[in-house]
Amino acid sequence: MTATTAQGALPARPGRRRFSWTWLGLVPFFAFAGLFLIIPTFYLVVGSFQDKAGQLTLQNYVDLGSPQISNAFFSSLEISIVTAVLGGAFGFLLAYAIIGGGLPGPLRAGVLTFSGVASNFAGVPLAIAFVFTLGRVGLVTALLKTVFGINIYAEGFTLYSKIGLELVYLYFQFPLMVLIMAPAIDGLKREWREAAENMGGSSAQYWRYVALPILTPTILGTMILLFGNAFGAQATAYQLTGGTLPIVTLVLSAQLRGDVLNNVGLGYAIAMGMVVIMGLSIILYLWLQRRAARWQR
Amino acid sequence: MRLTRAWWWIVFLIGFLYFFVPLLGTFIFSLGNPLGAGGAPPSLEFYGNVLGASDSGFWSHLAYSFVIGTITIIVSIGLLLPTAFWVRLRVPRARPFVEFITLLPFVVPPIVLVFGLISTFSHPPLPFTYTDIGSSALLTFAYVVLSFPYMYRAIDTGLQSIDIRSLTEAAQSLGASWPRIIVQVILPNVRVALLSGAFLTLAIVVGEFTIATFLARPAFGPYLSLLGQTKAYEPAAASIISFALTWMAMILIAFIGRGSRTRVAVTGAR
Repeated sequence: MTATTAQGALPARPGRRRFSWTWLGLVPFFAFAGLFLIIPTFYLVVGSFQDKAGQLTLQNYVDLGSPQISNAFFSSLEISIVTAVLGGAFGFLLAYAIIGGGLPGPLRAGVLTFSGVASNFAGVPLAIAFVFTLGRVGLVTALLKTVFGINIYAEGFTLYSKIGLELVYLYFQFPLMVLIMAPAIDGLKREWREAAENMGGSSAQYWRYVALPILTPTILGTMILLFGNAFGAQATAYQLTGGTLPIVTLVLSAQLRGDVLNNVGLGYAIAMGMVVIMGLSIILYLWLQRRAARWQR
Repeated sequence: MRLTRAWWWIVFLIGFLYFFVPLLGTFIFSLGNPLGAGGAPPSLEFYGNVLGASDSGFWSHLAYSFVIGTITIIVSIGLLLPTAFWVRLRVPRARPFVEFITLLPFVVPPIVLVFGLISTFSHPPLPFTYTDIGSSALLTFAYVVLSFPYMYRAIDTGLQSIDIRSLTEAAQSLGASWPRIIVQVILPNVRVALLSGAFLTLAIVVGEFTIATFLARPAFGPYLSLLGQTKAYEPAAASIISFALTWMAMILIAFIGRGSRTRVAVTGAR
């Protein structure tokens, strides 16, 4: 009954634009994205609200609160935040060092090229490289033991832990920061510094009141990208710890393999939890981008 | 002033060490760890084992990933170039929707994407995973999705810098069809943007592990992972080779894209 009235009301609705046939040109793209991105994601959404018999339930989301799952989420958040902040801070310093720090010119091109490579050298080969560096018999571990007499593994350090994983993630985190910050620092207009100097401002004042406020949205936005970069990472952690470290991507992997939880609804809910966290961070990122764009005209 | 410059040198030095020490460690082990206790003299034996041994599988897995990567690039460009072109030329109102979708792969991490794909396509009506060729197709489509964010931006920036309206009108007045306009007029004008996007895709696809593993594909990432768990020094050699491949891809991007903006990818094989 309501359906008929609604239908009858439709043509009378004012300001409704006519369907444009030119939209048909976008059908292949929307069809592809729908089939291989939207529908699979939607499948997870629906599944997360069903129990094993297909009945509607919220139990899967309640189960996210169990110690095993919530700890995995907290560990992932911790690792992502730590590496985003440390990688972001160091990456910013390095970007500034090669642009405004008075280092020789060729170093700049070198650091940028290295950063391009390092930010893409991730996953399995990166984990292997760190095993040979900071693993039990790795190069640095052995050097510290023989030259300085420090056995870091006896001191409680292990590469196959949260802190170890953070060290590995930093290898691709700070180069990514360099790649994004270098053009942003380069984009600071000379006039701004000159204006600050003309009014008697010191270099510190210029940074405190002019440059940093302009760069802040870019810095924070990039740190959010770094956060997402670490949060969704699976291959590096899997290779490093054989899938045993309790972080959310590895818990989901185990769930997918069916050898731990064996509760597919919970798997869907974990996936949704990740999507929500990534979604929130990307919204924040887009908002910061808009603020950063103000100064880039 | 001298003092502050010293600080920047220290920052640079830390970055330099962070970058090179793991590579050095891996390189030394790839030679059979000649520095270790009672170490044998350096040897290229392990590179030989990886590259040459008949049972190594290095080349076949690398070839598989290269083929998948190449098809990914073709599908991605075939899908995104006409779309970005059409959005700019005819339906600018669709831009927010298209951009939103090309950003989604940031929100859906690879592990979640492959979970969704397996859940959707491992049963009728579209049982992709029943056959090898179906699984490989699914892997390719997943990589095309992963390439959306940077590929679309690369193409869109490329289109922005040329006058597509005049080019299209000129081609039309000479009687060119739409496919011909896109392939013979627009494509050559944005090839720099396309090539840098293409090499980035290749670098990401060849090292990708998560999606390839869960679709049980004989790709390079899972091969390297298994090697890392079963052999002693061979993984070091394979990692060095893999690093060299990444390096080559980045050099090519830098070489092709001289003068254009640095491209940054945050999706892919982490």
